[in-house]
Amino acid sequence: MKDLIKKTSGSVKLFIIVALIYLIFGILNPPAITKAFNTFLKISWGVIPVLLIVFFLMFITNMFVNAKKFTKELEHKAGIKNYILAILLGILSAGPIYMWYPLLADMKEHGVHDSLIAIFLYNRAVKIPLLPMMIYYFGTPYVIILSCLMIVASVINGLIIDKILITQK
Amino acid sequence: MNFKAVKKSALQTLNSLKRSILILISVLLLVSFMISAIPKEFYSKIFTGNNLIDSLIGAIIGSISAGNPINSYIVGGELLSQGIGLIAVTAFILTWVTVGIVQLPAESLMLGKKFAIYRNILSFITAIVVSILTVLILQLF
Repeated sequence: MKDLIKKTSGSVKLFIIVALIYLIFGILNPPAITKAFNTFLKISWGVIPVLLIVFFLMFITNMFVNAKKFTKELEHKAGIKNYILAILLGILSAGPIYMWYPLLADMKEHGVHDSLIAIFLYNRAVKIPLLPMMIYYFGTPYVIILSCLMIVASVINGLIIDKILITQK
Repeated sequence: MNFKAVKKSALQTLNSLKRSILILISVLLLVSFMISAIPKEFYSKIFTGNNLIDSLIGAIIGSISAGNPINSYIVGGELLSQGIGLIAVTAFILTWVTVGIVQLPAESLMLGKKFAIYRNILSFITAIVVSILTVLILQLF
């Protein structure tokens, strides 16, 4: 049994835990789980196109980016240019944050700095298509100030994460 | 176009898909569960009126909440109209998108445990600092 648990991958363990949560709540409160499952189907329906774009981008990246060259370039050019690129990619990326983990994991395997991944993830919070909604609730000055501060904060976050992780290596 | 390169990148992409599909399904199920389990009215009942404590509460709730950021604007807008401070609401909408407790297992698996933990802790602290700064700067105009 211990061997089986050890051999089971993290993703399978996570799925089993989630399935157990649904099973337990499904017995205790069936309407709540039906509602959760309907939400799951609704979100999944919206998420599939984004997922297709993500995997298409991965396919393009794999095809045109020479992993070794890419890694070396990023290692040597880590600086303002790459920070700006990570900020822009983060802002322009669509869909929920977790949809991008596979692509980011791939980039990390290619040697992309932790700071750039952190900057990308933080800037996912600045969403251009959602700005009108944000302005509607909080006003234009608020949205401009918050967006600018978030971009600055993302770089600070990235630099700190790099420092922490490098120190620990 | 080089057929070998296309085949190679297609296989690499397929492997990434295989590696991540179960994690993605699990996260979607967890997010759906959280959205269904936490009603919108819940949020307005737990704030104290103190700006600093409320920003911390806002940041904590935002961290454990999940879903489209548009939901955080709607809930944030409702909180504001109920008299909750702008610092608390800002911390709430910031952590909603930058901190992901629900997604933490997936982020750890895909990007590394240390990276995920430190990134989320830092994003939490930054959210409070940014929300205070935003309101302070806003008051200058």
